Amino acid sequence: MSTTTAGPSVAWRYGRPALVLLLAALAVGVPLWLVAVTSAKPQAEAIKPNLDLPGQWQPGSNYENAVSQGQMLRGFLNSLLVVVPSVVLVLILGAGAAWVFARRKSKLVSAAYALCISGLLLPPAVITIVMELRQLGLANTRPGMIAVYTGMYLSTSIFFMTGFIRAIPVELEEAARIDGAKPSRIFVRIVLPLLRPVIATATIMVMLYAWSDIFYAFFVLGGGERATLPLNLYQVASAQLYLNNWHLVFAYVVVMSLPMVAVFLVGQRKIVSGITSGAVK
Amino acid sequence: MADTAIRTRRTRKQLPVEGTRKRVGRLPRAAVHHPWWFALPAIVVFAGFFLVPNLLNFYYSFTNWSSYHPDIAFTGLDNFRTIADDGSLLRAIRTTLLYALLAALFQNGFGLVLALLLEDDSRFNRFFRAVFFLPVLISALATGYVFQALLDQDGAVNSVLGTDVPWLGSTTWTLVLVTLIHGWKWMGLSMLIYLAGLKGIPGDMLEAARMDGAGPWRTFWSVRWPMLAPAVTFNVTTALIGSMNTFDIVQATTGGGPAASTEVFNIYMFRIFGQGLYAQASAMSLVLFLVVVAVAIPLVVGLRRREQML
Repeated sequence: MSTTTAGPSVAWRYGRPALVLLLAALAVGVPLWLVAVTSAKPQAEAIKPNLDLPGQWQPGSNYENAVSQGQMLRGFLNSLLVVVPSVVLVLILGAGAAWVFARRKSKLVSAAYALCISGLLLPPAVITIVMELRQLGLANTRPGMIAVYTGMYLSTSIFFMTGFIRAIPVELEEAARIDGAKPSRIFVRIVLPLLRPVIATATIMVMLYAWSDIFYAFFVLGGGERATLPLNLYQVASAQLYLNNWHLVFAYVVVMSLPMVAVFLVGQRKIVSGITSGAVK
Repeated sequence: MADTAIRTRRTRKQLPVEGTRKRVGRLPRAAVHHPWWFALPAIVVFAGFFLVPNLLNFYYSFTNWSSYHPDIAFTGLDNFRTIADDGSLLRAIRTTLLYALLAALFQNGFGLVLALLLEDDSRFNRFFRAVFFLPVLISALATGYVFQALLDQDGAVNSVLGTDVPWLGSTTWTLVLVTLIHGWKWMGLSMLIYLAGLKGIPGDMLEAARMDGAGPWRTFWSVRWPMLAPAVTFNVTTALIGSMNTFDIVQATTGGGPAASTEVFNIYMFRIFGQGLYAQASAMSLVLFLVVVAVAIPLVVGLRRREQML
């Protein structure tokens, strides 16, 4: 390909899009196709999953079954009730801490910062989290789950936000201070609005992990009443009733994935710029 | 006259003293403008629900905490002896490290290739960047189920190829397959970060390389790859550390099997916790903590140093 100087550019001009199309079709197209066609098949056809079009189309009843039998609405609400407060807390608490960490310079501040971003690398101790929540009376509760998610993702938001605030000139704050603004006012009126791009990043990062988390939800929430969407999917897929009922599992997968895809499509540009600007620093 | 002269001298002397005393007594400027209490809630929540459980691990893994005892008593190294003797300790360490290594390799390899393919800012490329980002948005558990349906012996891949391969039934190769799925799931994120890294390379640098007669390969290895160092650091670190914490994909595809050949730490903890052996799970959790620390510290230090050298 790179033997002649003209070779690569010509071959590349046509070869690259062809390669991209091929890769996209194989790597993303095939799995998505499988999900789409299987979720529209009757059980007899779906038991051995394949890429054929359904012999008999019944997407309506499959999706209806997945929604009703899989307790989809309850799961959706449960997910919202833990993920949204977690995201809000991670953002607000993280922004406050990041502001202090970015602007103050002392050994103590750097030590506190280092400690607070240790969660980027360290694994959460999920077993003793259960123990602690039991003692606090927060086991199997939403506040317990929110506290755990917030603790887990604070490091990420503090890390991204501190880097971001350091790049904002202090003069903006000083101008407001000369006008007599107090720290809380400066924080709300100046720092938070400036953080908007990085807030988009932190939101999507936390959403990506928390919305699809099942491991920690298992330990903290367990099944039952407060089960989130992924927890429901797990129960649905492992229940005897659904064993090999791929048509219902995939109908569930489609409905469950739509909110994240929608969030991404709406905020695509911000999300992409946010993720990348925070990472490569 | 003399009095006044002395007095003035005194006051003059006192003034700076007073000034410095005032500065010492007053809160430093930083404390007024950026008070600690803004950071306090975050520190409290993080310490309370992240650091404290990790510290508790250092105690409860040395006890007999389980659903079979009403009370919790100190038992020394019993739990560690148990998991070492039944072979699960070494197996979990080996499986998890291998998983992390392969997953990071695949995720970064795929991500970098995609970034290089989709580098130019055309509409075509923007569309396909979104397409390759889709797997990141789908929950890992769902991803696992999709690939189970593809790779089952009765699954779609065998039906398309007309083969009868037990893809998820090999004690050697299934782990590699699961890490490939992990790489597939997260390649979109690595791709975005590599794209940002590529965009950050100054155009005249590439121009200069072209003027010097460097072909695409030479330009890549001599200019772009070194300039990508920060992106590599971020991607490799997050991929390695993140995949040591893996659970969903493994649980949904193999559940740790066949013959526990894909049983990473979190799968083991989940299984043992379900049996009510909490302290034993806590011991495993402590080992995971130590393994992550042992991997993370040299990794971060080494990659940072590499960035400075390149």
